[in-house]
Amino acid sequence: MYDFNYHRPKSIDEALSALSSASDGKLMGGGQTLLPTLKQRLASPSDVVDLSAISELSGITEQGGAIVIGAGTCHAEVAGNASVQSKIPALAALAEGIGDPQVRNRGTIGGSIANNDPAADYPAALVGLGATVKTNMREVAADDFFTGMFETALADDEIVTAVSFPVPEKAGYAKFPNPASRYAIVGVMASKGPAGVRVAVTGAGQGGVFRVSAMETALAGHFSAEALTGVSVPADDLNADLHASAEYRAHLVGVMAKRAVDAAG
Amino acid sequence: MAETGIGASVRRKEDNRFLTGKGRYTDDINRLGQAYAYFLLSPHARAKINGIDTGAAKQAPGVLGVFTAADLAADGVGGPICGWVVTQKNGEPHKSPAVSALASDRVNYVGEQVAVVVAETLTQAKDAAELIEVDYEPQQAVTKMKASLAKGAPQLHDDVPGNLCFDWEIGDKAAADAAFAKAHHVTKIDILNNRLIPNALEPRAAIGEYDSGTDSSTLYTTSQNPHVARLVLAAFMGLGPENKLRVVAPDVGGGFGSKIYVYRDEIVTLWAAKKLGRPVKWTAERSASFLNDAHGRDHDTHAELAVDKDGNFLGLRVSTLANVGAHNQIFSTATPSYLYGCLLAGQYKTPAVYGEVKTVFTNTAPVDAYRGAGRPEATFVVERLVEKTAREMGIDRTELRRRNFIQPEQFPYQTPCLVQYDSGDFPLLLNRGMEVIDYAGFPARRQASASRGKLRGLGLSCWVEACGLAPSAVVGALGGGVGQWESANIKFNPTGSVTVFTGSHSHGQGHETVFAQIVSEHLGIPVESVEVVHGDTAVVPFGMGTYGSRSGPVGGGAVYKAAQKIVEKGRKIAAHLFEASVEDVEYANGTYSVAGTDKTKTMAEIAFAAYVPHNYPLDELEPGLDETSFFDPMNFTFPSGAYFAEVEVDPDTGQVTILDMVGIDDVGTVMNPMIVTGQLHGGFAQGIGQALYEQCVYDDDGQLLTGSLMDYCMPRADNLPSFKTEETNQPCPHNPLGVKGCGEAGAIGSPAAMLNAVVDAIGVDIDMPATPEKVWRALQSRAQAAE
Repeated sequence: MYDFNYHRPKSIDEALSALSSASDGKLMGGGQTLLPTLKQRLASPSDVVDLSAISELSGITEQGGAIVIGAGTCHAEVAGNASVQSKIPALAALAEGIGDPQVRNRGTIGGSIANNDPAADYPAALVGLGATVKTNMREVAADDFFTGMFETALADDEIVTAVSFPVPEKAGYAKFPNPASRYAIVGVMASKGPAGVRVAVTGAGQGGVFRVSAMETALAGHFSAEALTGVSVPADDLNADLHASAEYRAHLVGVMAKRAVDAAG
Repeated sequence: MAETGIGASVRRKEDNRFLTGKGRYTDDINRLGQAYAYFLLSPHARAKINGIDTGAAKQAPGVLGVFTAADLAADGVGGPICGWVVTQKNGEPHKSPAVSALASDRVNYVGEQVAVVVAETLTQAKDAAELIEVDYEPQQAVTKMKASLAKGAPQLHDDVPGNLCFDWEIGDKAAADAAFAKAHHVTKIDILNNRLIPNALEPRAAIGEYDSGTDSSTLYTTSQNPHVARLVLAAFMGLGPENKLRVVAPDVGGGFGSKIYVYRDEIVTLWAAKKLGRPVKWTAERSASFLNDAHGRDHDTHAELAVDKDGNFLGLRVSTLANVGAHNQIFSTATPSYLYGCLLAGQYKTPAVYGEVKTVFTNTAPVDAYRGAGRPEATFVVERLVEKTAREMGIDRTELRRRNFIQPEQFPYQTPCLVQYDSGDFPLLLNRGMEVIDYAGFPARRQASASRGKLRGLGLSCWVEACGLAPSAVVGALGGGVGQWESANIKFNPTGSVTVFTGSHSHGQGHETVFAQIVSEHLGIPVESVEVVHGDTAVVPFGMGTYGSRSGPVGGGAVYKAAQKIVEKGRKIAAHLFEASVEDVEYANGTYSVAGTDKTKTMAEIAFAAYVPHNYPLDELEPGLDETSFFDPMNFTFPSGAYFAEVEVDPDTGQVTILDMVGIDDVGTVMNPMIVTGQLHGGFAQGIGQALYEQCVYDDDGQLLTGSLMDYCMPRADNLPSFKTEETNQPCPHNPLGVKGCGEAGAIGSPAAMLNAVVDAIGVDIDMPATPEKVWRALQSRAQAAE
């Protein structure tokens, strides 16, 4: 790890101020990606702005027909939250399946989506449930938020404050984890609700999370696993690595989509 | 003293400190004035080094020294050595390239140590290492064995033409060929034994320290065998002499073979401490451990079994390529030769066996002994082949094995592969395993799985191994460079407690408990009154250390023999106190007595008399109660077992789920059932890791693609079933405790059982690890073949 200036602001304004005065500042949520990167000397920011002390970023509330989760909320809180468990159990289950207990108690939803790891679970949740990302500047639809591998619509001085999930009629998440890292080789969130019928895939796409319109069309007719029979995704634009070829990932998208729909009940 | 003697599940004495964070590992030790070393590692798998500019690094803040191969060569410091000379088919010794203490004019694998920075802080050392400019001239690397042996392949070492370390054979080729000529059926199999990265929980570490007042050095290090490390450092690296060098291996968090060797980091850390006149600490980072800890396995084998029409095995032929990586280490020649070839007969009376092994240098990290060392590879070849033969011939696999087992009355049994098995009852193991797994009920369970759309499979592995590395004469005759005895010293304290000094080394095995149990059993004192000390060359007698499941049979044997010497000296003291003749003094359960009288003395009373010799036969006996034994047994020990694995495969994803794992073991006398069970569980976990999860992968340029736990998959608790283990206990006839090693058994027997189960489920051969995609593809190819 290289030396850096450490800031732990109490408000978003203080955070923005620390960030703007830094020559190469970096925001940190739970640090579950940033800290290992720093320890391996793969990044050398001048300043790290730790968002964990900003109270307005934490907490889970029900607002109208939506569950709003503060950006600083850790995965374990999402997984264990009664509102999430009753209104969007698929989201609670997804959060419970991220990493290990240490990661789930440090990593945050805001940090995860701002990092937009192509194998992370939350991007599938946001896109698959039609969520809205709230920042210090604006509200962005999840469909527009994730713009590519490790890329988002966030401006340099923009901080995610919360994510609003519309409560679906039904939703399910199925994940085939990388056996080593437990990140998603393929994760599929399928839902039916105010945001329409949605099928979002994480882990498989070279550009990160993506929707499968052919599956959404099939499910719009009848929201059942059988409706997906014969619907496949091409392997062309999918990731390939040591753990799974593009062809295998394409196959798993089909399998996991059916299981997600089954899990949605 | 049965409650804490041999056979009792005494709770591990050492666990209190381990579980409460009070263990004392090398990195926990800090010496006054300690500086920190950081090694610059090669980013290239193969490159010429045209020059190294350390000028800027030496000027960096806090830097005490920056050293390269030239500095070590100037002081005559040698590099890692090979400890076993293997004689090739042509009668010549194997090729062992010269290895320097740091890479000198070329690098041969990614992660090879090129330079070291010693600084006041670790951060300063790392910062300075970034300023070292190495003029590398990258060259084409070769990481695959067949490519390395091919004409025109890059040559790793000037003194090893063709990259061939050795071409070795075992058994009778003519006899094997004759067996194949008359065979009714021949089963052939091609097997890759995957390359593994050990990943002990505690990374390697070292602290070097030099005392100019006494001109002596101390090395604290993560070693499985501190005396051997001292011998090697003194005799081959020039860092002795032995009487001026102390090696301390304190608590060590797992070794699995990877901490047998003396690595460059340790050599250089010790040397730098003297050079700089400061204690120097080095601790490996996990990412460096992946790159330059010795890896394990990595065989490519073709094997054939000749069988008559009734299923009797006639002959076995095995041809193996084994990867030794970039250069040799202590056991890297012994592991794929004698520790492998000697076990190719397995549990069977196959009359003719012939094996040949070529070991190959490649631009990868050195490969050496890893839990089981050669024997898992042999078991995997034999047991995959036997199960395939049963399938091809339509004979039940238990029946086929039964027909070919060496029978209990045939022991000791001379195999066609040099070794003589000591004892065993292979049918007993198989029969009991079939009961525990409910072999007869498997077809119904398979049907139940099928009705849920799953593929169920059952696999067996009936294995035997040679461990308890000894005896010295045999090991020496086969090319081993050191003795293979073990030492123990039992010191009674005047107030009746005991301290045992052992040459064995515990890095998780539980010696502090089990050796105390041996003393408790034979000297009649509770384990709480017995302290076991190990791991410090300044304190314990010269010992060979712990590897090859040798601590129980060999180290434990030495403790037993020292205890017997104590008993006999005590008998003489008691005779004096009793005013009786020695012949009339009886000893049992820690108490001396004279038959027909009420005279008794406890061992504690005898100890007091020995240290306060006011009434003592000083004219014929020395004071004190302190005895040492060096035990060199007559043979290896040969544990055996029958392992059964039952799995279910999800055909949609290829995911394998382990439903059941049964291990019936013969590890001889069981000294502590709880510890034996723990050893077996750990071995199962590692064997299952090899079968289903672990795979070290280099790309064609020699970059390690599985360089972290994000990509190298270690088995975790949720991957594993609740194991069922039992022991049948056929005592080893040639060590006094009757014990056979148990440390490697689980890792030796389980991969074949697990992979046989997967193959049984999916109906096609597959290589380890049986990852989901590999299984899924095998199922796709089977479906296509059926169309």
